[in-house]
Amino acid sequence: MQILTILIPASLLLGGAGLAAFIWAMRTRQFEDPQGDASRILTKQWDDKPGSD
Amino acid sequence: MASVDIDHVRPAACPACVMVPSAERIAAMVPPANARLMLSLPSAHCAACISTVEGAMAAYPGVQSARVNLTLKRVSVDAAADVTAAELVDALAAVGFEAHELDPGLLSSTETDRQGRELLMRLGVAFFAMMNIMLLSVAVWSGAEAATRDMFHWISAMIAIPTVIFVGQPFFRSAWASLRVGRLGMDVPISLALILATSISLYETMHSGEKTYFDAAVMLSFFLLLGRYLDHRSRALARSAAEELAALEVPRAIMLVDGVEVLRPIAEVARGDLVLVRPGGRMPVDGEVTAGSSEVDRGLLTGESLPVFAGPGTLVSAGEVNLTGPLTLRVTAAGRESSLHRMADLVAVAESAKTRYTTLAERAARLYSPLVHILSFSAFGFWMWKTGGDLRYAINISAAVLIITCPCALGLAVPAVVTAASGKLFRKGVLIKNGTALERLAEVNTVVFDKTGTLTMGAPEPDNLANIPEAALAVAVALARGSSHPLAQALARLGVAAVDVTDLREVPGYGIEGRLDGATVRLGRAAWVGAAPVAMTATYLRVGDATQAFTFTDQLRPGAEVAIAALKAQGKAIRLVSGDTEAAVAAMARRLGIADWVSGALPAEKVALVRQLSDQGRRVLMVGDGLNDTAALAAAHVSISPAQALDAARVASDIVLLGRDMAAIGDAARIAKQATRRMIENFAISAGYNVIAVPLALMGQATPLAAALAMSLSSITVSLNALRLR
Repeated sequence: MQILTILIPASLLLGGAGLAAFIWAMRTRQFEDPQGDASRILTKQWDDKPGSD
Repeated sequence: MASVDIDHVRPAACPACVMVPSAERIAAMVPPANARLMLSLPSAHCAACISTVEGAMAAYPGVQSARVNLTLKRVSVDAAADVTAAELVDALAAVGFEAHELDPGLLSSTETDRQGRELLMRLGVAFFAMMNIMLLSVAVWSGAEAATRDMFHWISAMIAIPTVIFVGQPFFRSAWASLRVGRLGMDVPISLALILATSISLYETMHSGEKTYFDAAVMLSFFLLLGRYLDHRSRALARSAAEELAALEVPRAIMLVDGVEVLRPIAEVARGDLVLVRPGGRMPVDGEVTAGSSEVDRGLLTGESLPVFAGPGTLVSAGEVNLTGPLTLRVTAAGRESSLHRMADLVAVAESAKTRYTTLAERAARLYSPLVHILSFSAFGFWMWKTGGDLRYAINISAAVLIITCPCALGLAVPAVVTAASGKLFRKGVLIKNGTALERLAEVNTVVFDKTGTLTMGAPEPDNLANIPEAALAVAVALARGSSHPLAQALARLGVAAVDVTDLREVPGYGIEGRLDGATVRLGRAAWVGAAPVAMTATYLRVGDATQAFTFTDQLRPGAEVAIAALKAQGKAIRLVSGDTEAAVAAMARRLGIADWVSGALPAEKVALVRQLSDQGRRVLMVGDGLNDTAALAAAHVSISPAQALDAARVASDIVLLGRDMAAIGDAARIAKQATRRMIENFAISAGYNVIAVPLALMGQATPLAAALAMSLSSITVSLNALRLR
């Protein structure tokens, strides 16, 4: 059962990382246009740099 | 990624302002400092659409950047201050996209978006907590014992308690609000279940108990938030396009002060002032013509398709369009007293008279809330008596009852279906503005159509060209090019080679004349041209001694025939009610195969007809676009208007057609009916789960595992059932 002392913190950490990623995505408004983003990966135009704003 | 920043967009001045469409509201609005233009794009649907629209916008001189939001079907454009929305709409039309201007000042999305983001954030947190606690719970269910179990319970508690406090806030708030006014809303048992389950589980954890309900409490809030979020999203989507299409009313008027033209906000115009209305402009006020002559299009107010002559002494009302010559008006009524506003008042009366519609969800909640409380409290009482006062056991049971009956599936039953249905309809260009519109649309058995602007495009097209000699047509086209009158424009658009007519001169209110081979040629009113008038919408041409009549019919809206055929096939009675002349309405009714029609109807008569039909027990769907339809739209059981309709009409209606095509009305009626059936099925499903689970809980046999299973299974079944919609 000693393994639990590693596994439980590990699972919480991973879950927490997922939650943090979600909160980051929310804050940077990546859920504003899900349909558009789904379509945009099909277009041939892309920008090389990440967006400035 | 370049995000759409909307924070700095000005919200509406007050919530009530959004409800009342008035010229003053627009006049009072300060234009945004930076030129960000918003256009609605009803026909955008694919990756190619995005690049075409963004490419076209970027290529337009003065545009700095453009970004399409496909979910909301709109494009936001950053541009130099001198670029107008109308230019961009034309540029988009050139690449094949229909666009409408949106008023960024009215975009209330800042507020609603914040709400949506908040809900989504809570949803994400609830999901994280649910998954982690579930992992620990599985360990407990599969037989963790003693110290291990206690540790798992403690970890669950540490995740669950902050989660429930954060995530449950929307429920706690609305439960508190409903308790304060003495009502028992759906959120009261929900909040009670959340609080009771969490605190009892904490107590059990501290005393090394076997059963905790942390997983159930968090799962409950996750599924309920999911329902809330779906509900919110379909509402926000509807609001974003319907109410923000830029208003048609004029915000400003050109006032004549001592003979000098001054641009004034409508709110500052008073009775007795002189106002100038240029050709192509809309009357900002009610007034009497003092100088100038012209023709006015009263279509939006009365439904007449034929322009009416206006000269000194003619009374005009706000909302009419001046067609050919400048008119000077002496104001008889402005602002609140104008006929435009009286019409809005009529709408307000009709809406308040409309009995409040009870939705399926409300009926279910009304049944559900008291039942749950009674069940839970009687379980508590019974077990207190049976166990001889074992408080801990009795509370445990009543908490289990609350959790199991909690309306996860009930909370998802309607939003899941509404989301599926309105998403489907949105892709077809139908916007559901009102949450209960789908249910009401499903009950409709009579459809009343307006003619001008609804079944027709409100744009005339010549229909007797076959009988007209080519030479005469060439002269007519040459003359027509000099005028902005709609009939002349229709002729000019024909693409026929014109002859060379010189000295073109428009005589406002009468027609246009010019010189051809030394002789005067005229195109215009019958009397002025000297022709015998015909009983249809027509304009007349004189070349030498010969006269020629060009007759026009209004262009049918695409899909109108399909829509009417579909509605008939669904067994609905169709009626046509128009303010237009008998001949025009009869011709349209024949063309569409409508047996029941009324012509020359005044706005009040339209309302009376709708009321009369309702009194006969019929459920009326009103489809209309004009100010003259507005009151009837509000009085009907459910109403639809096209996006090109007047602001007031769109506000009064429950459903807006975004594209030009009308065929979607048939689909909307069909999908609405299906959606209502799915909702009822969903209620049956969630009731079915309760029938099995509640007796178990009452007997004290409900384990946390059973609660988790019942909750997730019923929620998933309900969502899947909603997706069966097609």
